[in-house]
Amino acid sequence: MNVYVYDGTFEGLLSAVFEAYERRVFPDVLQAEGEMLPLFYDQLVTVTTDSTRAERVWRALQKKLSRAALGIVLSVWQSELPEAPALLFRYIRKAVDASRSPELDFGDDDVLRAAQIARRVAAERERVIQFVRFRKAADGTYFALIEPKYNVLASAVSYFRDRFADQLWLIYDCRRRFGYYYDLQDVREVAFREEDALCFSGKAADGLLAADERLFQQLWQTYFRSISIRERANPRLHRKELPVRFWKYLTEKQGKQ
Amino acid sequence: MNEAVLEKVRVLAESAKYDVSCASSGTSRAHRKGSVGSAAGWGICHSFAEDGRCISLLKIMLTNYCMYDCAYCINRRSNDIPRATLAVSELVELTMEFYRRNYIEGLFLSSGVVRNPDYTMERLVRIVKDLRRVHRFNGYIHLKSIPGASRELVREAGLYADRLSVNIEIPNEQSLKLLAPEKDFQSVFAPMRYIREGVLENEDDRRRFRYVPRFVPAGQSTQMIVGATADTDRDILCLASALYARPTMKRVYYSGFIPVNAYDSRLPALKQPPLVRENRLYQADWLMRFYDFKAEELVDDRFPDLDLEVDPKLAWALRHPECFPVDVNRADYEMLLRIPGVGVKSARMIAASRRYGRVGSMQLKKMGVVMKKAVYFIDCRELPVKTIQELRPERVRQLLLPKPKVKDDPRQLKFDF
Ligand code: SF4
Repeated sequence: MNVYVYDGTFEGLLSAVFEAYERRVFPDVLQAEGEMLPLFYDQLVTVTTDSTRAERVWRALQKKLSRAALGIVLSVWQSELPEAPALLFRYIRKAVDASRSPELDFGDDDVLRAAQIARRVAAERERVIQFVRFRKAADGTYFALIEPKYNVLASAVSYFRDRFADQLWLIYDCRRRFGYYYDLQDVREVAFREEDALCFSGKAADGLLAADERLFQQLWQTYFRSISIRERANPRLHRKELPVRFWKYLTEKQGKQ
Repeated sequence: MNEAVLEKVRVLAESAKYDVSCASSGTSRAHRKGSVGSAAGWGICHSFAEDGRCISLLKIMLTNYCMYDCAYCINRRSNDIPRATLAVSELVELTMEFYRRNYIEGLFLSSGVVRNPDYTMERLVRIVKDLRRVHRFNGYIHLKSIPGASRELVREAGLYADRLSVNIEIPNEQSLKLLAPEKDFQSVFAPMRYIREGVLENEDDRRRFRYVPRFVPAGQSTQMIVGATADTDRDILCLASALYARPTMKRVYYSGFIPVNAYDSRLPALKQPPLVRENRLYQADWLMRFYDFKAEELVDDRFPDLDLEVDPKLAWALRHPECFPVDVNRADYEMLLRIPGVGVKSARMIAASRRYGRVGSMQLKKMGVVMKKAVYFIDCRELPVKTIQELRPERVRQLLLPKPKVKDDPRQLKFDF
């Protein structure tokens, strides 16, 4: 059994592909650094991440795969699922080996699985776009917290940038502890120390909020309650469309219900 | 803006909520410098109400005072309900502030009829014009046109709104006149025509001149109430299909009748809104728009109403055993779409993957085909199951009827019509 250990980054994964083709030895197990090694193995390859090599693999993929399929590869990576790296390794290998792109061969388990994961990741990105709720701070910045299941905030930034181009905003992924801040010119990645992040979370102190922020929250909550038709109440559908895991940061789900 | 607006929002949202549409799709517009917002092109639901319906727009009435007396409407003048009117500045501020917080895609504005249709329509037009011109609002605007409004006002509204709608409500003119004495088909179809003409002329202008602003880029929509009159699904779907045949009609909505005025003897007494029937109509509508079904294939003289127990696609398949079983490795795409249990997504996947090799039942399953249904309608050697040819439609139907649930769900079992 051959074990490959890489640094857990996307570049590292692509470097591992390069290395495997160079050695003509393909991994049975692909692991990120720090994971427990299996008890028995024949060969252990520790991959050095090399951006030139990674670049070459990516360019080879660009020649083989359509843009949509490249998007699938990136989405599967963003899923951060435990199975993702090995799945991508096999997917890339199939793309490299095949004479034509395997991307539409949904009869193949890996191709199908990758497409399915990518669809779920795209849905999560959409949910970020749907469910981000800004609160207006006293200094005029609109800030929002969110904890998406997959690492999709980066891919949603273009939407927020376009739509909210004339307001200062900050969106913070509390699970992964990083976010994006837009200063009316550029978007940049930001990370806070734990203590600083705390003051944004939960019920931000009233002093930090703009004077009319509470009123607009109440207006939205009132609207949300009034627009529902009681004769058609459907809690099951409600929870399906608006998953409970997002409620924590949804303005309409705060306050008295 | 102050606390008093809270009460107005409550009253006017309550009054607006029976209009089903909340779509914000059909216009794609990037941010422009100096303006606020964008339109996404695909509809974004920013929330879901406790009835499970999408909240995409701030759906609200300018006022719920109304001089008309439509039997099915909560806002009719003979109803004793709280009334309110929003100031223009309040409405504008609500829209902008909600929008900046990512609560909504934009505004869906309607109004009760005050004084006369044109007076009311003019006030609505002034608001959307203000939003666009003065406040540079670049988000989505859906304006519900007032029945009987003049051509000039409808045409002006179209310069600022992404979508206009005129609700038919009742699919048959006699019943409409009975229930809404102040309305007739003319008052509904005339504004629809103004919108259509506006769009067509605008398309023409845009071909000839540059920089002509778009006229209702997201087209128009309408709504029909289901179950307030004796009209059959055939009446409803044939009218819907005729409407879809006209350019610019993007969506027809169906709204299960909710007896808001139960004491009116012109209306049926329903214990529950006919949600199952409404759902079947949406499914049929979907089949007409995306699966290439004709209204006459779904409902006809023999079956004027949709089957409440099985979905319209399955119902069609059961009536047409001669078309099955289908060989998924050979059949053309249109026929794949007609197999019960196969959706657009899986039909596309099948069509793409069979070029690489045979598609078997395991793969169908993984692609998301509902095999429980599909088995009776596909030709698949690995499966021991008999198809509709051997079993006959009656038996297949029995096998596919939902089993009565152990935990009884009142929403599913209590429909008495
Ligand atoms: S005109 Fe419109 S608001 Fe007035 S009663 Fe009729 S349906 Fe209701």
